[in-house]
Amino acid sequence: MHLHKYEKIWLVFGLGSLALFLLIIGFAAFWKGTHPQSHIETIDPQNVEAHESFKPENLGLREVADGKYIVNIVASAFNYDIGSDDAGKPVKTIRVPKGSTVLFQVTTKDVVHGFQVAGTNVNMMVEPGHISRLETVMKNAGEFTVVCNEYCGIGHHQMFATVEVYDE
Amino acid sequence: MNKHLNFTKKESRLYMSFMYVTFASLLIGGLMGLLQTFARSGKFQLPFGINYYTILTVHGVILGLVLTTFFIIGFQFALLGKTVGLSDKQRKWAWISFWTMLIGTVIAAVTILVGQANVLYTFYAPLRAHVAFYIGLALVIVGSWIAVFTNFRQLYVWKKAHPGEKSPLLAFMVTINMAMWFIASLGVAASVLIQFIPWSLGYAETINVLLSRTLFWYFGHPLVYFWLLPAYMAWYAIIPKIIGGKLFSDSLARLSFILLLMFSIPVGFHHQLTEPGIDPTWKFIQVVLTFMVVIPTLMTAFSIFATFETTGRRKGYKSLFGWFRHLPWKDVRFLAPFIGMVAFIPGGAGGIVNASHQVNTLIHNTIWVTGHFHLTVATTVILTYFGVAYWLVPHLTGRRLTPKLNKLGIIQTIIWTLGMTIMSTSMHIQGLLGGPRRSNFSNYAGGAQVDTWINYQIAQAVGGTILFVAIILMTYIFIQLAFFAPRGVQEFPIAEEEIDAEPTPKILENWYLWIGITIALILFAYTIPVIDILKHSPPGSIPFDWPIGR
Repeated sequence: MHLHKYEKIWLVFGLGSLALFLLIIGFAAFWKGTHPQSHIETIDPQNVEAHESFKPENLGLREVADGKYIVNIVASAFNYDIGSDDAGKPVKTIRVPKGSTVLFQVTTKDVVHGFQVAGTNVNMMVEPGHISRLETVMKNAGEFTVVCNEYCGIGHHQMFATVEVYDE
Repeated sequence: MNKHLNFTKKESRLYMSFMYVTFASLLIGGLMGLLQTFARSGKFQLPFGINYYTILTVHGVILGLVLTTFFIIGFQFALLGKTVGLSDKQRKWAWISFWTMLIGTVIAAVTILVGQANVLYTFYAPLRAHVAFYIGLALVIVGSWIAVFTNFRQLYVWKKAHPGEKSPLLAFMVTINMAMWFIASLGVAASVLIQFIPWSLGYAETINVLLSRTLFWYFGHPLVYFWLLPAYMAWYAIIPKIIGGKLFSDSLARLSFILLLMFSIPVGFHHQLTEPGIDPTWKFIQVVLTFMVVIPTLMTAFSIFATFETTGRRKGYKSLFGWFRHLPWKDVRFLAPFIGMVAFIPGGAGGIVNASHQVNTLIHNTIWVTGHFHLTVATTVILTYFGVAYWLVPHLTGRRLTPKLNKLGIIQTIIWTLGMTIMSTSMHIQGLLGGPRRSNFSNYAGGAQVDTWINYQIAQAVGGTILFVAIILMTYIFIQLAFFAPRGVQEFPIAEEEIDAEPTPKILENWYLWIGITIALILFAYTIPVIDILKHSPPGSIPFDWPIGR
């Protein structure tokens, strides 16, 4: 089978770029730890409260160390349960200072949902039986919309929350 | 050199039946798309209380599964009929395939329209549609399998009658596409038959969600190559004839199809990169396998442009780009697929972003992805299909593509390109800004971010409207070509090899070898992660009906 000289050059150039490209994303993933979220931790979708992180009193934002936060969230059609405030009203906004490190832990007690903090790198599938987990540093101040970005039923577009990053 | 066979009336009627369903689907699915962009603009309400997600499901199923499958199977039957022939018995099986698929389509469509299957075309568990939806889908797949084995039989019979000869290139390509389709659709068929149907009937209490998604995407990525390969068939083996040239290289064309077969299936995890239950190392391995598709893609790009240049130079255009300027721009059979090729450059680049492991996080499930496949399948693939229909339909109906219809086709192509540029670009940008896909209009919590999204959604409604004008025009052209254009003979263009072409190595037709490697790659990419999924599976999921309004 004959390959034209130009085609050889073209393919060598293409394959070289491909190899370099794969090396870069592989390096970032395995050495820099930027893998997409995968924790393979399971949970009973019909009894998420049995898990320490998803007990009703543990939902919402918690500061675990200076500048380090954990947010526990239970998704269900068509709501994110982020706990309730002192008056007993459901929390809709997560407020953290700029520069803080936030670990989002999300699970679902019914169907598949999405969890994206639009404008950041936090973007996860949330599936029944699994815990989705991603840590990020909130570098920019502002209001970020949290959207369910996986179809979960006819109220899918009404499922949202807000992350507010404020200047200290 | 192969002689090309003439179609009998009965054969033509068979192939045309697939085309009728194709273009009816285009009109219905396109109308749904128009309504979606209107609803998402926030300026209009859907009439008669129709649910947004019902029309979204119709749009995805009718265009992504029905239009494509009917066109592809009809077109491929015509290609085989032309190159290796169709016996009376094979024609009967082809009709059985057609009717099985059509009945399945109607069952699924009715279930969706009465609001019992607002699950979108991916039907992710544990949302539960009415069982009729799953049965309808299963029938479409089974119908397509009848076509698969009829096609295999057609080539087999030809080979028996032509010992020692290499198979016609187009017949080889069709066989590759059908082999890929069969191996891939086993996954979704297993999921529908073993998981969904018993669970939706209540025989199984729970379903393994992650397994069902993995089986779906084992099928879901080869599905998009199943759409693309018929376009490649036209680019490799038909367009050269239309521009007055010869085949660039029979062997390289075959090799690129073999590579597409091997690297189309063991790659489904790149649709599941942000899922919590799959080991990231296996995700990365499948990402690497995904990118192997770059090789046949670069080969295809090279061979197409080499054909263009060789043909032009042979016609005497000597200047650096003279061969390019003198391509038959005023022939819609060339122009429509050519724009499809151009759209594949940004389309392919976007695809690289999507499949890039951690980079995927930026755009996963945003409307960027919708923008991406409207460039690839809804521009590259569909404009090539249209480019085929301009000659295939009149060839089958014994009519001609008149200069007037050719001109209308060119206008159609331009309107489509304009509408899609506006719609797809605004989807890409909105997606980069975090706007989600598959969502009805929503203000969410308000704020500047959401306002920006809505502006792009208005742009999408403008693009969608222009596209719908193009769809109406295409429907008009199809009806003209099918029923009203003047009688005559329209050529079925199939490119020939150069007289002094090198012989094609025999190994390229060693099916055991190539299908063996394909299966080995699938086993490599999937065995361990699937065992992991089964071993570490959480308690299963009970069905949910109320979220989809049942």
